[in-house]
Amino acid sequence: MPDGVTIEFTNVTKRFGSVEAVSDLSFTVEPGQITGFLGPNGAGKTTTLRMLLGLVTPTSGTATFGGVAYRDLPSPLGTVGAALEAASFHPGRTAADHLRIYAQAAALPRARVAVVLEQVGLEGYANRRVAGYSLGMRQRLGLAYALLGDPSVLVLDEPINGLDPEGIRWIRLFLRQLAAEGRTVLVSSHLLSEVQQSVDEVVIIAHGKLIHRGTLASLDMVDSKQVIVDSPNRDGLGWALQAAGYAFRSLRGGVIVDNAEATEIGRIAFAAGIALSSLSQKHAGLEDSFLALVGEEGAL
Amino acid sequence: MKSLGRAVHAEFTKVTTTRLWWILALIMVIYVALVAGGLTAILGTVGSSRGPVISSAERAPLIYSFGSSIGYVFPVLLGALVTTAEFRLKTLTPTFLATPKRGRILVAKLVALTVFGAFFGVLAMAASVGAGSGLMAAFGQDAQLGSSAIWALIGRAILAMALWCAVGVGLGVLVPSQVAAIVIVLAFTQFVEPILRFASGLTDWSAQVGKFLPGSASDALVGSSFYSLSAPSLVALDWWQGALVLLAYAVVAAVLGYFTSWRRDVT
Repeated sequence: MPDGVTIEFTNVTKRFGSVEAVSDLSFTVEPGQITGFLGPNGAGKTTTLRMLLGLVTPTSGTATFGGVAYRDLPSPLGTVGAALEAASFHPGRTAADHLRIYAQAAALPRARVAVVLEQVGLEGYANRRVAGYSLGMRQRLGLAYALLGDPSVLVLDEPINGLDPEGIRWIRLFLRQLAAEGRTVLVSSHLLSEVQQSVDEVVIIAHGKLIHRGTLASLDMVDSKQVIVDSPNRDGLGWALQAAGYAFRSLRGGVIVDNAEATEIGRIAFAAGIALSSLSQKHAGLEDSFLALVGEEGAL
Repeated sequence: MKSLGRAVHAEFTKVTTTRLWWILALIMVIYVALVAGGLTAILGTVGSSRGPVISSAERAPLIYSFGSSIGYVFPVLLGALVTTAEFRLKTLTPTFLATPKRGRILVAKLVALTVFGAFFGVLAMAASVGAGSGLMAAFGQDAQLGSSAIWALIGRAILAMALWCAVGVGLGVLVPSQVAAIVIVLAFTQFVEPILRFASGLTDWSAQVGKFLPGSASDALVGSSFYSLSAPSLVALDWWQGALVLLAYAVVAAVLGYFTSWRRDVT
């Protein structure tokens, strides 16, 4: 059984020349749940994960697993499993040979190779060269590598990229199960919609800075100030809104009023004697909240 | 020590699980056998009509040394290709994740490929000795396979091939671009070094420098090559000095490469 390991980032900064890719990042990732690590392309997600795994050296700050840096873990693959990109394979090597090499290097039993290939559904392709693999199969092989040491922590960079709908459903259930077993699961994505069905917590970065962290529900708190309203008498509604000093846009499905409350718009229409066919406060979806948060930092 | 053993095992498996090694080995064996056999046949026919061009004592060592004197480019290519492929195919990522101590992996790679180079040496010497001795016997010449000096030469040639493979690994970490590494290997071994060796032999002082060229060191180690035939007065190192010079090329390149590429961020 995996024991809970907490990932801790403490004031992590990385500069490439004069460009600051990651700025003073601090957050923790708890075991037993799935944490989504979100941000637009180029936000510094991959650099952050590579610093956590000792592949990139931070300019300052530390990233540890329960206080221990990756390089100092007594059994790295037995503690942390990572799948970073779908292209870290020799195309001329078979999946089984690929895994066997790293099992040898990490002193893991050879029997683990067959076990993890079955876990990710590649058992029928074990002796086929990776050159013939689809992107989805490569993602699964990357995941098999991450599972090789039966680790307590899983770090997955964009694991859903390139998967078909069936594959996406499969990986969601699979990650759920891994988290339910008490593992720490950190999954990055540039699309909230990709992971919103599976993550419990979100950590959002943009331009290398932490801009939001909390439960998935906390994202929904970012409220919209727009009202959607419609009337058979659109012209009259427009006059009334203009008279009351509101900015609005007339669309096919209704009129969108900015910086408004639904009750107030209803009162104005009632006072002007205009019958309404619909009236509602526009709900900011999670994705909109996410984009609003990320957009504040100036989209690329 | 135990963890180094595991890393060596893994690095060895990396070589055996792709097709590169046997493709290179196959070309090497054919090339060496053709050159060694072809020259034996030429010397045999020329020698029989106009008297010997080369003494029979010189013939066998010259022919057999083709295994390393022309075959050495193959272990260099193997070492360089296997190493640069790790950069090109980004397999450094899973490698460094499984073994975060990067220096240990580089040492393991050098050890594993030195062993593989020795194996290439065995194949190349089998090709040169097999083709050469067979044809010498056909021409009624002494193949000298009973001579202990010949077997010592074969052993030294295998050692040279092993060290050349380590030189290839060193070159691969120093020049991680696979295309650049291939161009350097081919240009240097087939063109630049032969000219340098020839030119360095023209004056005494340059010969003192030229004997430290990797190819000169390798020929000194093996003890015979067609270079010593074309320029018999060439200044040469002792065989063990030649081995140390080749080893130094491998180690210096690997250490420099460790600091310039191996230790850097893997992005």
